[in-house]
Amino acid sequence: MAKKGEKIKEKLIEYFLFALSLASLVFLAGIVVTLFRESLPAFRDIGFFRMIAGRDWYPTYDPPDFGILPLIAGSFLVTLISILISVPLGLAGAVYISELAGKKEKAFLKPALELLSSIPSVVYGFWGMVFLAPFLQKHLELSTGYCALAAGIVLGIMSTPIIASLSEDALNYVPRAFKEASYALGANRWETVTRVIIPSAASGIITSVILGTGRAIGETMVVLMISGGSAILPQSFLEPVRPMTSAIAAEMGEAAFGTPHYHSLFAIALILFGITFVLNLAAEMIAKKFRLKLGASR
Amino acid sequence: MNKRFKQALGFFIVKTLVLAALTVLAAILIFLFAKGAGIISWDFLAKPPENSMTEGGIFPAILGTFYLVFFSVLFSLPPGLACAIYLNEYSPKGWFSGIIRISINNLAGVPSIVFGLFGLAVFVKQLGFGVSILSGSLTLSIVILPLIISSTQEALMTVPQSIREASMALGATKWTTIRRIVLPQATPSILTAVILSIGRAAGETAPILFTAAVFYTRELPKSLFSEVMALPYHIYALITEGTHPETQIKIAYGSSLVLLFMVLFLSMAAIRIRQRHRSHYDKIRR
Repeated sequence: MAKKGEKIKEKLIEYFLFALSLASLVFLAGIVVTLFRESLPAFRDIGFFRMIAGRDWYPTYDPPDFGILPLIAGSFLVTLISILISVPLGLAGAVYISELAGKKEKAFLKPALELLSSIPSVVYGFWGMVFLAPFLQKHLELSTGYCALAAGIVLGIMSTPIIASLSEDALNYVPRAFKEASYALGANRWETVTRVIIPSAASGIITSVILGTGRAIGETMVVLMISGGSAILPQSFLEPVRPMTSAIAAEMGEAAFGTPHYHSLFAIALILFGITFVLNLAAEMIAKKFRLKLGASR
Repeated sequence: MNKRFKQALGFFIVKTLVLAALTVLAAILIFLFAKGAGIISWDFLAKPPENSMTEGGIFPAILGTFYLVFFSVLFSLPPGLACAIYLNEYSPKGWFSGIIRISINNLAGVPSIVFGLFGLAVFVKQLGFGVSILSGSLTLSIVILPLIISSTQEALMTVPQSIREASMALGATKWTTIRRIVLPQATPSILTAVILSIGRAAGETAPILFTAAVFYTRELPKSLFSEVMALPYHIYALITEGTHPETQIKIAYGSSLVLLFMVLFLSMAAIRIRQRHRSHYDKIRR
């Protein structure tokens, strides 16, 4: 039997660990509270709908305009381009690693994916500035290479390893028996991949795409450096845009503490946070269902 | 025949896409290596900038990044480890761990600039730490917290249940079991988690934009309340705010390569440690 003192010590340790494990919850709540508190003045003075639906973002003019529609549009345009690149490439990478690569190739490619996804975004942004933007400007004969397309391409390249690695996990999760059953029915490898493995892993793949989308919307440095920075509703993907993250990063340094501009940047951050929060929750729910579905058949 | 043709075509497309992706990624790395390699020298790493940032080295930025990373890991490790231990050893299921788990996943998905604003509003303004190493590393510690928790949890999960049961059967208490049996077994994987989070913290720019980093400091930081130069911010500032683009872009190339080397080296070390540990485990199990 444990002594009484020891029992108390055990309990104390448990409570201590419990208290510290609240940290992530506390920080998340702190972020929500801070964002609300700092953006409320903006919503109150400018009006939520005037902000969301406003087409003009001139925060430093007199009188200023705080319409963030162009910023939201910029974020979505850049993210869309990046998804169009990262999803096919990432999915192909996942299929290749899990179904086509030999043992040695796999042992090289999986760590390589991890290495590639650890490259800091500022390095990608730098490459976009010194190589891609001038390249696009020259070959597409644009007035500026800093545009939605350039930012979208770099973001897409950057999120490809992440999507590949998450999707590969999902493909790996499909029970071996599914594959064997498909072969036994006379299907070849391609048919097995496209009609059995990918459909069974569909929700896992969707999860990885959602998470990748969340990352792309929230990415700051790449879009700050190469999206061009003009806060006008984009008419095409060859125009410069100013996504939400880059507006915050570029303007917070100049916005004086407590001004409407300052609060409106927090409001943008709150909207951004809301978008990624919803995406994360959706990914979480889909992933949970996915595990239940395949877990039962294991 | 049609079936075979489809398969050949399908796999051909997959392989082409993979090859394209790898080529582009390799091209980016080679480009940065080629442009930056000639610039890195001992002086570049060990000397401060000179002549209004057009000559000299990047030592203060490297040092600043070192401080930020060191303190952010220091702040993040205790709650991170405690949370992972609690979730895995004390309360693996139930509504409470469910909520914590959801908040960890959501924290991991919060855009890095939002962390930066949180740090600005709370650490810089409300608590009055100002633009400083302290504010920056506190902000970064929240950024890497989810990473530390989830990788430590994975590490704890690889420790076989039977070892825990054996220890408890010998009369050890739960905490003794954790401290003497579970944690030592998981140490290499926890080390992996720490190294990965060092790499992450070193490369993050947005969280330190308004909380810690400045383009130029006259002297090296004296205390936790000093503002610092930092490597990722240095790259950004050189190329966007620089006043002498032709000469400063070279320094930016060199800085990018240094940062890239640093992060890739850390990740590689982490992966190696994890692989060794894994094979060690396989041996035990067999």
